[in-house]
Amino acid sequence: MASQEYRIDRRLLCLGAAAVLCIAAYMTIGLRGNIGFVLTLRATKLVALLQVSVSIAISTVIFQTVTNNRILTPSIMGLDALYTFGQILLVFALGGLGYAALDAQLKFGGEVLLLMALATGLLLPMLKRGTDMGLMLLAGVIFGVLFRSLQSLLARLVDPNDFAVAQSASFANFNDVRTDLLILATVFTVIATVIAWRARHMLDIVALGADSATGLGVTWTKTVTGLLLLVSALVAVSTALVGPVAFFGLLVVAIAERIVDTRRHALLMPAAALTAIVILVGGQTLFQHGLGNSSTLGVVIEFAGGLAFLILLFLGSRR
Amino acid sequence: MSSTVLKPTSPVIWTASLVLAVLFVLSLCVGVSDMPLDRVFSDAAAFELLLVSRLPRTLAALLVGAGLAIAGLIMQTLVRNKYVEPSTAGTAQSAELGVLIVTLLWPSANLFLKSIIATGTALLGTSIFLMTAHRLPPTQPFLVPLFGIVYGGVIGAAVTFVAWQADLLQYLSVWTNGDFSGVLRGRYELLWIGAAMLVVAWVIADRLTIMAMGRDASVGLGIDYARMLQLGLVIVSVISALSTVVVGMIPFVGLVVPNIVSRLIGDNLRGTLPVVAVSGAILVLGCDILGRLIRYPYEIPVRTVMGCVGGVIFLWLLFRRPAHG
Repeated sequence: MASQEYRIDRRLLCLGAAAVLCIAAYMTIGLRGNIGFVLTLRATKLVALLQVSVSIAISTVIFQTVTNNRILTPSIMGLDALYTFGQILLVFALGGLGYAALDAQLKFGGEVLLLMALATGLLLPMLKRGTDMGLMLLAGVIFGVLFRSLQSLLARLVDPNDFAVAQSASFANFNDVRTDLLILATVFTVIATVIAWRARHMLDIVALGADSATGLGVTWTKTVTGLLLLVSALVAVSTALVGPVAFFGLLVVAIAERIVDTRRHALLMPAAALTAIVILVGGQTLFQHGLGNSSTLGVVIEFAGGLAFLILLFLGSRR
Repeated sequence: MSSTVLKPTSPVIWTASLVLAVLFVLSLCVGVSDMPLDRVFSDAAAFELLLVSRLPRTLAALLVGAGLAIAGLIMQTLVRNKYVEPSTAGTAQSAELGVLIVTLLWPSANLFLKSIIATGTALLGTSIFLMTAHRLPPTQPFLVPLFGIVYGGVIGAAVTFVAWQADLLQYLSVWTNGDFSGVLRGRYELLWIGAAMLVVAWVIADRLTIMAMGRDASVGLGIDYARMLQLGLVIVSVISALSTVVVGMIPFVGLVVPNIVSRLIGDNLRGTLPVVAVSGAILVLGCDILGRLIRYPYEIPVRTVMGCVGGVIFLWLLFRRPAHG
């Protein structure tokens, strides 16, 4: 389809090739023992990693378009902290036993819905007021700290047995993904990605800002609400699978934008998703086989992403 | 001159001091072991408890609260931005980095030496932040704290990475999680150095007030700007490093207290310094007592309580204050 509308971009092809290479390396390096078992194990993890890459990349691109700001990401605005907070809120409300007795898939679905409601309820009024972007950013960061504190407060109020369950959810870990949620998460990601892809032209219009977009026939509030719902669903998926990652989305979109050199969503969205796959799957392979300690990938990504954020912020404000 | 300035603040400072006194007594009474106030001086065990645990803990909370609030106030004056404080400018994280470095290179170092090194790295980290912050455009006041928070996050990620490699992550959490439950006699006395810094701040209060008007104006009024900047940085770094080493990081104190006080009684530091110090002590001591009571007989670290209380107050400040701040 894409080839009919646009000639496939060469840079996109290179990115795709790199992503395929990373995936192949992830699946094949160091294979030994029971090959069938190892491959199944790796394939499940790979699917999770791919999902996280795609959902973080796409949610960040859409979020930046809606807020009309290149340094804003859902997690900087505290969305993933909100998710973990919602999780512990459920533990608190239902009690440890009640929470554990819930069906994992049902619970996940409920959490996704809860996040969508909370996020839209919080963000929409802020977007509508059109307040200062710096103020919004700062407020988002503070919301993040607040939700994390509330989460740890509630975590200490629940039974010590549930404390461990809640605590493990608050660290990003690419090594130990929640495979039990994989099927449902895949469904969510695929649906959201299809919606995002179909909305790519509309997103180009939304990027022009509220006034121009309205002039071009976009019903602003309805569209933005829908996009925010989409973003929060994607954030919920990635947070549920690996935990919160603050600066990964920012890093990925910033790199992708440098590579394809456009904000056109038909190019930017796939480019960002492919970049995310290269970094995440490639990095995971590197850490697993090259450096021996794969759990630190999260920390390294935070560090690099944080630096990227500082540079973008600094360059952006000096321009 | 200062007496006329002090007049409107007098009722505020008296009310605040009274509240602090009540909290002080309350903090001495709240705890797991039974310590009836009427028999403290006759019962040897109760008196021992008071001297070894309750009193040091209360004093530590008081000193840390006052210190962090003043550090925030000075930081805001130096950066000329209402939304910065040591934990949002990389100061506290740099201090952690210092503690980590000492622990790695010289595991047998005592608390005092750790504090000195932590002060050094805090000074370095804050100077870098300050140099960068001065280059950000003054028209966008929210960029500076945002920059500081992420800058602190990057240093924090580096600390986590090194600690992870050296298997010190759990050890490190002692400094990243502000908590007064480990404070005993003999483990908090370093904080009195922070109290000395408060006196220094009081001495230079007038010059700091003038510095809030910017470099050109203060040089024109006869201030040695560079030297005062260094002195202010030293005060901020010493206070935050000591707090980090002794009890760990506590967010928001330096942010919300000076902002609220500034709304109530203005920006003349000679008048506001004591109020800020007392209010900071009230906030931290109050949160610590709250943390001890919420889940009695268990405790919730003061950092967690402060994250909730301070976060809500800060958001309220952000959205109530007009955007030109």
